[in-house]
Amino acid sequence: MSEATLLNLVLFLPVLGIALVVALPAGRDGAVRWATFWVMMVQLALTTLLYCRFDAAVPGLQFETRLPWIEAWGVYYQIGLDGYNLLLVLLTTFLGPLVVAGAFTAISKDVKLFYAMVLLIQFAMLGTFVAQDLFVFYLFWEMMMIPMFLIIGIWGGERRIYATLKFVLYTAFGSILMLAAVIYLVYSLRASTGITSFAFADLLGTPLPMSVQLWLLAAFGLSFAIKVPLVPLHTWLPDAHVEAPTAGSVILAGVLLKMGTYGFMKLGFPLFPDATRALTPALMTLAVIAIVYGACLALVQNDIKKIIAYSSISHLGYVMLGLVSLDLLGIQGAIIQMVSHGLTAAGLFLMVGMIYERCHTRELAAYGGLAKVLPVYSVFFMILTLASIGLPTTSGFTGEFLVLLGTFTSAWPQYVDGAPWPLAMAVTAVTGVVLGALYMLRFAQHFLFGAERVPHGPVADLGLREKLILFPIVVAIFALGLFPDAPMRKTELAAQHYQALVLAPRAPGSTP
Amino acid sequence: MDRLQILLLLAMALFAVGLLGVIIRRNLLVMLMCMELMLNGVNLSLVTFAQQTGTEAGAVLVFLIFVVAAAEIAIAIPIVLLLVQGKRTLDADAYTDLKG
Amino acid sequence: MTTVLTLIVLAPLAGFMLNGLIGARLGNRFVGVVGCGLPLAAFALTLVSFRALETGGAPLIETFYTWARIGPRVFDVEFYFDRLSAVMTLIVTGVGTLIHVYSLGYMKEDKGYARYFAYLNLFLFFMLLLVLGRSLLVLFVGWEGVGLASYLLIGFWFEDPEKARAGKKAFVVNRIGDAGFLLGMFLLFWALGTLDMDRINAAFNGAALPAVSASLVGILLFIGATGKSAQIPLHVWLPDAMAGPTPVSALIHAATMVTAGVYLVARMSGIYLHAEVASQVVTTIGLVTAFFAATIAVVQTDIKKVLAYSTVSQLGFMFVALGVGAYGVAIFHVTTHAFFKACLFLGAGSVIHALGGEQDIRKMGGLARRIPVTFVTFVVATAAIAGIPPLAGFFSKDEILWFAFASSRGGAPLLWLVATLTALLTSFYMFRLVWRTFLGASRMDEKTAHHVHESPWSMGGVLVVLAMLSAIGGFIAVPHYLEALLPAPPVEQALHHLETPLLVLSVVVAFAGLAAAAFLYGGTAARAARMEARFAGLHRILTHKYYIDEIYERCLGGPLVWISEHVFLRTGDRLLLDGTLNGMAGLAQRVAGGLSRLQSGSLHRYAFLVLAGAVACLAWSLSHV
Repeated sequence: MSEATLLNLVLFLPVLGIALVVALPAGRDGAVRWATFWVMMVQLALTTLLYCRFDAAVPGLQFETRLPWIEAWGVYYQIGLDGYNLLLVLLTTFLGPLVVAGAFTAISKDVKLFYAMVLLIQFAMLGTFVAQDLFVFYLFWEMMMIPMFLIIGIWGGERRIYATLKFVLYTAFGSILMLAAVIYLVYSLRASTGITSFAFADLLGTPLPMSVQLWLLAAFGLSFAIKVPLVPLHTWLPDAHVEAPTAGSVILAGVLLKMGTYGFMKLGFPLFPDATRALTPALMTLAVIAIVYGACLALVQNDIKKIIAYSSISHLGYVMLGLVSLDLLGIQGAIIQMVSHGLTAAGLFLMVGMIYERCHTRELAAYGGLAKVLPVYSVFFMILTLASIGLPTTSGFTGEFLVLLGTFTSAWPQYVDGAPWPLAMAVTAVTGVVLGALYMLRFAQHFLFGAERVPHGPVADLGLREKLILFPIVVAIFALGLFPDAPMRKTELAAQHYQALVLAPRAPGSTP
Repeated sequence: MDRLQILLLLAMALFAVGLLGVIIRRNLLVMLMCMELMLNGVNLSLVTFAQQTGTEAGAVLVFLIFVVAAAEIAIAIPIVLLLVQGKRTLDADAYTDLKG
Repeated sequence: MTTVLTLIVLAPLAGFMLNGLIGARLGNRFVGVVGCGLPLAAFALTLVSFRALETGGAPLIETFYTWARIGPRVFDVEFYFDRLSAVMTLIVTGVGTLIHVYSLGYMKEDKGYARYFAYLNLFLFFMLLLVLGRSLLVLFVGWEGVGLASYLLIGFWFEDPEKARAGKKAFVVNRIGDAGFLLGMFLLFWALGTLDMDRINAAFNGAALPAVSASLVGILLFIGATGKSAQIPLHVWLPDAMAGPTPVSALIHAATMVTAGVYLVARMSGIYLHAEVASQVVTTIGLVTAFFAATIAVVQTDIKKVLAYSTVSQLGFMFVALGVGAYGVAIFHVTTHAFFKACLFLGAGSVIHALGGEQDIRKMGGLARRIPVTFVTFVVATAAIAGIPPLAGFFSKDEILWFAFASSRGGAPLLWLVATLTALLTSFYMFRLVWRTFLGASRMDEKTAHHVHESPWSMGGVLVVLAMLSAIGGFIAVPHYLEALLPAPPVEQALHHLETPLLVLSVVVAFAGLAAAAFLYGGTAARAARMEARFAGLHRILTHKYYIDEIYERCLGGPLVWISEHVFLRTGDRLLLDGTLNGMAGLAQRVAGGLSRLQSGSLHRYAFLVLAGAVACLAWSLSHV
């Protein structure tokens, strides 16, 4: 089997999985669970194979498929792996089985529909990542919304309708803008070159005047910024997280949020480089606001899911900061930080789900002294907390350190040249590490230490299934913290590609 | 007044009578008939213009409309009958279930 | 290429893994053997490396692996063993092993025995990473790692919320320092493209100075050092950190981790030699810290708190030495301080152990005859820290005082004066501690008094070893050994004749402190009580540590939470953002509600509206023909 077919198989396995799940007779919930789980496992195995075969020395797409789809519009079904999406695809398939296994006991209503939706969202997310044609990208992008809408709306908590509507309205609003921008972009391409194409590779060369770039970046950017989410477009996230079932939160924090930053990296910034460079100080400011604002809000939350939700906002601020630093260190850091956040936030949400199944409350004040009652749980929780803080030897450190280093090394020369603002932002971002420690340790302190308070106790420590869910995450966190070089080899060319694209002038008449 | 104007006036008159009927009559069946009148008023103007401009498309369209109108009335009358079965009246004011 | 340095670092890590994963299942004997054996192995390997260093002369460098390569930048994990690292590694593994052995007895009854040793080994691993790392990055990993180990060990008895809070405080305050450290590191990386400390020093000592302000870098790195080494204004965490088990206080919060800041500045001496402003800042902060911490120590009543403030004060001394360019002397004081302060803390631990957990010196007294080994070793160490010749502290402290007076890199009579005053206070509060704890009449309650017992040999033996080191440690000529690497600052010729008088004076000061303590606290300590009543206001300020914790809480912690809660959460998120959003949704709903009234359900009205609409359209089109 050729490798391109392998990638297609990875992409469409969830669809096969949906067919399988639907075909199973009603009432066989156990079979549905295991079927979904094994589909995800096979997918993970195949992706791992692809990851190993991915050649770090080859620039551009690998395992590419390009088939004509709607030829009159120049739409091709084009997918492939490159340094941009490789790690995120791996992350998505890595979290897949864990999400499924994590929901084994939590979901007992409409099991079939639930797992079908999980598979569908897996399909949509992978499709968004591997798509290399804007039309295909947009389709998958929109497709993600529906299963998430249902997952929150059907299996969510008390205020699930409010939360899911907010999520959909925000997302849909962004999508409409993006759609308009996509159409305009394709028309501009045809106007300037005569070819009608949605392929990323073609669009990335479209010459656009500065003013148009600004408008289009605003449209694309708004759509992506809602997904990241950047302050002040973030208020859907805490609500969605709080109301979503564990699996929903894990998918949301683990992968879905990265759609925003991935979108910026793959499309938003490289498509409109002149506008991006002009707006760099503003974008940096937004990123730093997200870092500080998210951290401050995480500090005063009493709902444990909200703490993690706001911490996500803060962590993704670092990703944005790395991307707009336009320094190789920062860009690589941003890629690692995306994966790292996917691991830690997913792990934390899984752990919150586990405690919620036992104690039925998410209120921080209701807990205390879990370290004594649930020692194994506490060890895992502590490791994830520390990774979230960005302690050295964990993945969080690799990401944050490189992002901050890259931001600083690009901001300092600007300061020397008389532009102090980026430096001020870089320094503020560094102080973000203090806030990060503050809110996560407050969380851990109330949760694990102090007087023993266990609602609906006594409760049992983690079972084998739960340990097996958390263990791979912890291993991955340390692997990425201690040996980040191997994955970064594979993303280096993409990072350089991104840097070169954004640094090169694109507006007509400008000299390269 | 040439023929065109007379025919158009007739079409308008048919339409106006139909519309008036729909507005002031309460009997559902009468309202349906009035709607047919309106439709035929429009049809007449369509044929007139088609003849005037000498295109066959207009005439063809009229036949299409006949077919659609027949189908429509074939569905509308059973609907009315079903409604009447429920409320035992043909008075349109009795049917305000779609009030917003 | 050898792998000895790597093994030194990895040995405690192996101990952490073994004890952490399977220790609890295999019993205390296994835990003890692993927990103490691997640090001992590290110590042995350090001796091997030390021999290799002395025979070879050149620093040993080992590359472990490449952490990351980004473009042309390479981040290697490398270990670097020169004389400075050698001294530090010997202290860390040597004193570290002793304290591990001591812990065998001290923690025997504790349920978390395996966990405790796992954490202690983890600490040692990170500490070795810190002192052996070649690049600032590896140092930083160790730097944060020891903070983590400290956090875990302070909060070791996690049932107590006070202790968990102390752990959190230590971590967060250290993080503030780390932010400064990171910035300094970034600046160096930008200027030099490397984080290897020997290369950085070489660059600063080279012909052309790097295009970066040495003072700025120096101050930024020093911010990190103030965090880790508990200097003003980031000193607040260390006294609270005494919540941890006492051997931890000895190892982490006295002998090793808190001296990391001193090590950092000494290691980066290439920068500080060219950073006059930064050096002045270091001196000032060090001096102020030394003095104020000493004044606080005078009135503390918790035996460990006295020692904690004493540690802060002694660290201040070290920074004074660093600030005036006497880097070797600072490391000398690190060494002697490690001996006597570890001995003091472990002695305090032995006292607490004997009294079943009592830490308040007001409820002690007269313990000298009940626990003689502890008493004798404690007194030796006290005399050492007070600077009574010929014990260890005398030599190192005297050199610091001398350079504070005479160094041409910022020495001044005023510096010397304040430092000497601090030395007087040190001698006083330490002997006060001895009197209150061991001498005079017993103030224990019956039950406690009944249980008093001398500690087992594993603890007493360690105390004896450390007391011996405190006694003779001064004869290890650390500054001389480091001279080639960290030369002593030049001294003004005109001042040389003052060296002996000053030396005599410092001895007099040490004995004056002893005498004052004996005078005030001898007998029934009635004089001390009268003094306390007379200076009640001052006493209150000192007992409350100048209200610095309260000020921080009022000025930083409180406002941060207030802003987050009221400005960001309530006004920002809920009112502005969600308010706008919900407002828009409400508006849409109301408009739709109004429009829905048109939907009357009356067929006639609909038809009429159609007519009206048609007429309106016609009218409009007619008027525009």
